Amino acid sequence: MKWATPSQLSRHGILGMNSRNIDYIGRSNDRRFYPLVDNKLKTKKAAIQLGMSVPGLIGVVDIQHEVRLLETLLHGVKQFVIKPAQGSGGKGILVITDRQGDDFIKATGATLSFRDIKRHTSNILSGLYSLGGRTDVAMIEDMIDFDPMLSNYSYEGVPDIRVIIYRGYPVMAMMRCSTHASDGKANLHQGAVGVGIDIANGHSLYAVQNDNAVEKHPDTGCHFNELKLPHWEEVLHLSSSCYEMTELGYFGADIVLDKKIGPVILELNARPGLAIQMANQAGLKKRLKTIDRLSAIKQSVNERIQLAQKLFATQRS
Amino acid sequence: MKLSPRLQIILVAGILIVLGLGLTLYKNLELGFPLSPGQQQAVWTIESKISFKPIGGPIEISMVLPKPLAGWTILDNHFASSGFDFLIQESQRERKATWTRESLNRNTMLHYKFEIYQSDSNGLGDAPVPTIISPEITPDRLAAIKSITSTLKQRSVDPAGFTKALLEQLLLDDIGQDAAFLFAGRKENRLTVIMNILSFSGIPHQPIKGIFLEDGRRRQTLNSLIEIHDGNRWHVFNPSSAEQGLPQNFFVWQRGAGSILDVIGGEHSQLEFALVKNTLPIKTVLFLEQHVQDQLLLDFSIYSLPVEQQGVFKGLMLIPVGALVVVLLRVLVGIRTAGTFMPILIALAFIQTTLLTGLFIFLLVVGAGLWIRYYLSYLNLLLVARITAVVIVVILLMATLSVVSYKLGFDQLLSVTFLPTIILAWTIERMSILWEEEGGHEVLIQGSGSLFAATLAYLLMSVELVKHLTFNFPELMISLLGVVLLLGRYSGYRLVELYRFRDLGKLDE
Repeated sequence: MKWATPSQLSRHGILGMNSRNIDYIGRSNDRRFYPLVDNKLKTKKAAIQLGMSVPGLIGVVDIQHEVRLLETLLHGVKQFVIKPAQGSGGKGILVITDRQGDDFIKATGATLSFRDIKRHTSNILSGLYSLGGRTDVAMIEDMIDFDPMLSNYSYEGVPDIRVIIYRGYPVMAMMRCSTHASDGKANLHQGAVGVGIDIANGHSLYAVQNDNAVEKHPDTGCHFNELKLPHWEEVLHLSSSCYEMTELGYFGADIVLDKKIGPVILELNARPGLAIQMANQAGLKKRLKTIDRLSAIKQSVNERIQLAQKLFATQRS
Repeated sequence: MKLSPRLQIILVAGILIVLGLGLTLYKNLELGFPLSPGQQQAVWTIESKISFKPIGGPIEISMVLPKPLAGWTILDNHFASSGFDFLIQESQRERKATWTRESLNRNTMLHYKFEIYQSDSNGLGDAPVPTIISPEITPDRLAAIKSITSTLKQRSVDPAGFTKALLEQLLLDDIGQDAAFLFAGRKENRLTVIMNILSFSGIPHQPIKGIFLEDGRRRQTLNSLIEIHDGNRWHVFNPSSAEQGLPQNFFVWQRGAGSILDVIGGEHSQLEFALVKNTLPIKTVLFLEQHVQDQLLLDFSIYSLPVEQQGVFKGLMLIPVGALVVVLLRVLVGIRTAGTFMPILIALAFIQTTLLTGLFIFLLVVGAGLWIRYYLSYLNLLLVARITAVVIVVILLMATLSVVSYKLGFDQLLSVTFLPTIILAWTIERMSILWEEEGGHEVLIQGSGSLFAATLAYLLMSVELVKHLTFNFPELMISLLGVVLLLGRYSGYRLVELYRFRDLGKLDE
C-alpha cells in the first residue's frame, strides 16, 4: 500500500491533526468555554436547562467517603453507568447491565463484585481517568436502552452517533458500533466500526474497522449498507443546538438513540478525532472551508441544518 | 496597523533566529570563537575555599599560590575577599596572596578560583637539592627506623628502589612491628614518618603538594606526593599507591617544603577544592588566555559562573536540543510518546548511563515495575498511595539492581541511579492504565515511541559539535526559540498521516 502525498491529501481537503489544532480548535474554540464540555456533569446540567434530552442522572459521588453511600444509591438499580465527569477518550466508563445476587454484570458479560464497583469509583475520584490527573467526581447515570433498530449493528455496547459541528452547522457524521474486539467500547482506535452517515438523510455511506473497509458487522454479520438511522432530523437538531449552548466553534456531539426518549446527548468533545474522515471517505477540511465561505451565518438551527443537508449531501452510486 | 497572529509569529521568530545567528557569527568572526570543536583540550576550573573560625583580634590569612609546573598553564585567577584587605606578594621563590582584617566575629570563607590546562607533560624538571636535616626523634623510634631500613636496604640497589620498597611495605596489611610502632599514637602523619626514614637513610627528598583532578569533585583536599633525589635526578612517588612517576591527573601546587595556608587569628582552618573539567577546543583556550577580561560578551558568558553552576549549565544547555527533537517528532512525524517530555528526561539519563546500558536498565525497571503494578491493582488502593507504592518499589528495584550488578562485577549498571525515579514510577503507572484500558498494543506503541524519541535526542545531544555549540554559543538558543515558535504554527500534515489517510488521498483513482 502506497503512502499518500501531502498534495493528494490537501486536494481532497483532508484535515490533519496540526491543522485541526491550529486552524480550527485554536481559532474557533475559546478556552473559557472548555470546562462546560470537558466536564460531563456541567454539560448535562446546561443541557437540561435548555430542555435538551440527556440520560437520567442517578447520583454523583464527590468525595471519597461518599463511596460508602453507593450501596444506598444503587439499591434496586439493575442497570447503570458509572463514568468520570472529566474523563477523556471514553476512559473509565463502566456499564452495568444486570445484577445477579451480589454480583454486577458488565456489558461484556463479565461479573464484578461490589468491591470492584467501589474501587472503580475511588479511582475516578482520585483523577485516574481525567486529563492531567486532576481529582474528579463520579457520575452514575441510567443505562441507555438503545433503539432496537440499531441492536444488530452493535455488539456488547451502545452504538453512538458522532456529529461534527462547525460554527453551528453539522458538517460530518458517523455512527460508531462497538465490536467484540473493541470490548464494547465505541472507540475506533480500539477496533470499533465507524460508519459514515449522509448528513442529508441519515443513510449509511461507508464502513471502516481499524482503517479498513468492511461490509458487515464482524460479530453480528449485519450489512451496513442497509442502515438508515431513525430520528435523523432530531439527531441533527439536537447536535446543532449544542452550538448555542457551548459557544464552541468546532466540536463533536456524541448522541445515542434511546428506545423511549429518542436521541439523547451523551457527551460533547472539544477535540474530536479525525477518523470520521475515513468512515465518510471524505475530507473534513473541504467541508469546513465551505462553511467558512458562507457569506452570513444563519441564525436559526433549522436554517443551518437545511443548508448543511443541501451542501453536504453525498451522491450515492 | 494590527498584525495577524500568523504574521506576528513569523516576524518574531524571524527576528529571534536572525538575532541568535547574528550573535553567534559576531562571536565567531569578530571575537574568534571557533564554531567547530576541533582539537580538544581539557580545561580544569578549580575553586578553592578557605574556611576558618576567627578567635578575635586581627586576622591575617596567607596562601601560597600555585606555580605552574609540569606543563600546566594558569588561565584565569579570581579572588573573592569581601571585607578583607587583599594583597598579592611576589618574591623570587613564590607568589603569595594575603587577606587581612582588623576583626571578625563569625566563620568566614574566602574563595580563590583559577583555570588551568596542561599544554605538554614534560615532567617536573630539575630543582635544587635540599640538604638533609636529621630528624630529632627519640632513641626507641630511631631503633625502629634502623630496623626497617636495614631489611629494606638488603632488597634494593638504589635510592629509588629503596623508596619504592619502603612505600610498598607501608601499604601492606601487615606493615611489621617496627612500622606499626612508628605510626602508633602519634599525631604526625604518614608523610612525616616516611620523610624521617628517608632522612635517616641519607636520601635527599621533598614533598610535592597538589590536587588530584576529578571531574565534578567537591570538597577535594590537598594531597602530597614525595620526590627523592638519587644523585642524578628526581623521582616522584605517590605514597598512597607506591607508584613511581607524576600521576597524569595531579596538579602540582607547591614543590618543596613549606606550608600553603597560614592563618593568624583563626582556628579550624580548612582548604577545600571544587573541580570541574571542561573540554574546550585548543583555539578557544588560547583565545581565552589572551582576551580574558577585555570583552563584555565573554565576561557575561557561562565561563564567568562559579564552577558548580558551570557544570549544571553544561547539562541544562542540552535540554532545548532534546526538546526540539521531541517537538519535531510529535509535530512533523506524529510519533506518540508517553508523557510529553518524558523522552528528554530519559535521554538526559542516557547521557550518564550510555545508551545501551540505559535502554537495558530502563526496560528492566519498567518491565519489573509493570509486573508489580499488575499485582498492586488487585489490592484496591487509592491512586496516590498506589503511585507512592510504585515509587518505593522502583527505588528498591534500583537498589537491588545496583547491589547485584556490583557484586557480579557489572559496574556500568550502577549508573541506574541517574534514571529519574518519579518519572519512572509515573511511566509505569500510566503504562499499566494504558494496558488495562487500551491493551498491550498501545503500550507498545507509546513505549517504543518514547524510547525512540529518547534515543534520537540522546544521539543528538551527545554529538561533540552540538555540545560545543550549546555551551559556547548559548545565543543559538534564541534561534532555537524562533524555530520552535515556527513549528508551533505548522499546520501541514504529519508524516504518519500520509500513511493513515493513504486511501483518502486516492479517492478519485
